[in-house]
Amino acid sequence: MEEKKLYTLLVYSENIAGILNQITAVFTRRQVNIESLNVSASSIPGVHKYTITAWSDEDQIVKITKQIEKKIDVVKANYFTDDQLFIRESGLYKLSTQDVLNNPEISRTIRRHDASIIEVNPTYSIVMKYGVTDHIISLYRALDEFGCVLQYTRSGRIAVTRGMQEEVSKFLEQREQSTEQSGNGGEI
Amino acid sequence: MITGSEALMRALQNEGVETIFGYPGGSIMPVYDALYDYTRGPQKAFDHILVRHEQGATHAAEGYARVTGRVGVALVTSGPGATNTLTGVADAMLDSTPIVVIAGQVPIGALGTDAFQEVDLVGVAQPISKWSYQIRHAEDIAWAVSRAFYIARSGRPGPVVLDFPKNAQTEMVVFKPRHVDFVRSYVAYPELDHDAVARAATLINQARKPLALVGQGVELGNAQEELRHFLEKADIPAGRTMLGLSALPSNHPLNVGMLGMHGNYAPNLKEQECDVLIAIGMRFSDRVTGNLKTYARQAKVIHLDIDRSEIDKNVRTDVAVVADCKESLPALTALIQKGDHSEWRQSFLPLAELERQKVIEPAIHPANGPLLMGEVVNAVAELSPDDTILVTDVGQNQLFATRYFKYHHQRSICTSGGLGTMGYGMPAAIGATFGAPNRTVCCFMGDGGFQMCIEELGTIMEQQAPVKMILLNNHYLGNVRQWQDMFWQRRKSFTRMMNPCYELIAQGYGIPYQAVTERRCLRDAVSKMLSSPGPYIMECAILEDDDVMPMTPPGMSVSDMMLEPGV
Repeated sequence: MEEKKLYTLLVYSENIAGILNQITAVFTRRQVNIESLNVSASSIPGVHKYTITAWSDEDQIVKITKQIEKKIDVVKANYFTDDQLFIRESGLYKLSTQDVLNNPEISRTIRRHDASIIEVNPTYSIVMKYGVTDHIISLYRALDEFGCVLQYTRSGRIAVTRGMQEEVSKFLEQREQSTEQSGNGGEI
Repeated sequence: MITGSEALMRALQNEGVETIFGYPGGSIMPVYDALYDYTRGPQKAFDHILVRHEQGATHAAEGYARVTGRVGVALVTSGPGATNTLTGVADAMLDSTPIVVIAGQVPIGALGTDAFQEVDLVGVAQPISKWSYQIRHAEDIAWAVSRAFYIARSGRPGPVVLDFPKNAQTEMVVFKPRHVDFVRSYVAYPELDHDAVARAATLINQARKPLALVGQGVELGNAQEELRHFLEKADIPAGRTMLGLSALPSNHPLNVGMLGMHGNYAPNLKEQECDVLIAIGMRFSDRVTGNLKTYARQAKVIHLDIDRSEIDKNVRTDVAVVADCKESLPALTALIQKGDHSEWRQSFLPLAELERQKVIEPAIHPANGPLLMGEVVNAVAELSPDDTILVTDVGQNQLFATRYFKYHHQRSICTSGGLGTMGYGMPAAIGATFGAPNRTVCCFMGDGGFQMCIEELGTIMEQQAPVKMILLNNHYLGNVRQWQDMFWQRRKSFTRMMNPCYELIAQGYGIPYQAVTERRCLRDAVSKMLSSPGPYIMECAILEDDDVMPMTPPGMSVSDMMLEPGV
């Protein structure tokens, strides 16, 4: 059995209802859990971008990627390992203000982790941190040791590739050239 | 301005639809009202075939699509009408059959309210269809219908589901015909990679023991002739998958038989000996490969397929050529040298002879005892015209029929290969008679499958659809019974079946019927059935514990194929 790694899938789709369902169904069918998911507009008008992370071996993630790309309204799907991407996530930590005031070590921990405090009121304070997964989790663990965390949440991953251009743009350019040839301009 | 329902009629006309298999209901009534005028009088554009169950509509559409190469159409209502089509949709997905299912839906204002006969059809159909889409407003009809037909028929074909809410059926719209032949996110015909073709040609030119595996992709790409040129130039023996059986005529000298669990002995064993395996429009189904860990490990694998996701899915390839085989086969033929593999081909013969003696002869020419399925199939194959279409249900009837039928003509087989849908046969045969009205359609069914869509006898009666039904009755769910006998210590758990009097059933539907219980009456009965103009039921009393052989036991290697049960 191949070793499991955390893979990041970047999926681009047309803006048609129900695509997320189709993408997640590819995971469900194989009983692979999605670790995190972020959906947003992409830099290309009308194209949505899905950033999905999942633990898998390479053989399986290749098949998952192909099955996702096979969906009619999916423009492109690729999988990456962490070293091929710039990755950011964010974490929000809601702390008891009283605890923060009582224990100066908490403030020092927040500074040491390069996080910022974005809200303070008499009952609670909100700390926010951007970064890679490990750093966000490590701040949580550090704060949790003080027993001051009221709530904690971590966002889905967002990522851009290390290449110059997104592969999807190249693909769409080629496709648009072929539509000009077929005289079917503007059709999705 | 016309209604959305009439716009649907125009859109279907625009796609060249001639035959619709359907069943009306509440949420599709506006469409059926429009259809009334389009099926009679000066405006007549379609034949509408009223089926007896929506599953039947989808299988009929599949049968129609298989024999014509065109898109089959099913029209149903929402809720149960829609869910009844799902087996057919899944069947068409696994077997790459182009159908479009149009289902009524509650008005969009009522969606999500658990309205009467509301079901989230797009949601449930998505994982089992090539594309599912809800046409929410009448102005989307022209685009969505054209896109649906393009997606269903292009590339690797498949089923498309259109969910059509009632408000869109009644809204008024100015109909502008559309012709979709491009979807930017969907590459129907991948560009041929000439480097890959060259690498494949090198492997083939170096091969000493090449073996081709021919699948339905050849028929779907209309590349039967291109296949023959390729095989003949390279002198490569070819096995066919069950769905690819009529892609290469049975009597072609390079044809070495059917692949798979109950296929022919020689090609199965030779998969383990060949040095280059050339898979053409087939998907290495587990029914073909047996245990993947031991499958053809010695061979270099070349895979020609239009669907990129099939490459390396089950079997690792050395060279993949992702393209329409109509294009890739001639490109490959141009680069290969004229081959001579006569010695290699000769080596298939002793295995074929062994199978003939041990399995085939006893199955098709038994000396005594009750009738066997194989001999019935053989009699029909010998006495029916060369361009006869074989339709089967699923189970032993299917395995015997596909093994012993003869294929002379392209697009001659309708069978449920991937999903293995019992009940497929009868409605698919109805569809085939409408798709190919000038060809004989013979449908083999067991007593189990016959009863799974038995209601379609009503459609056959009403349409006088000339389906020659051959009911192979052994009072068992024979294939499961065979497995129970072979692998489950003969514990026949719920496989014996009490049957109705089929003669009375035939009588009830007014369909000519004949029982065959004795060997000496078989050929006359077949001739009588074939010369009778309309539908016909020939019921054969079959040996109860007839086993389909050879067989590769489940999970075993293709080289473990057994010629006799228990040996």
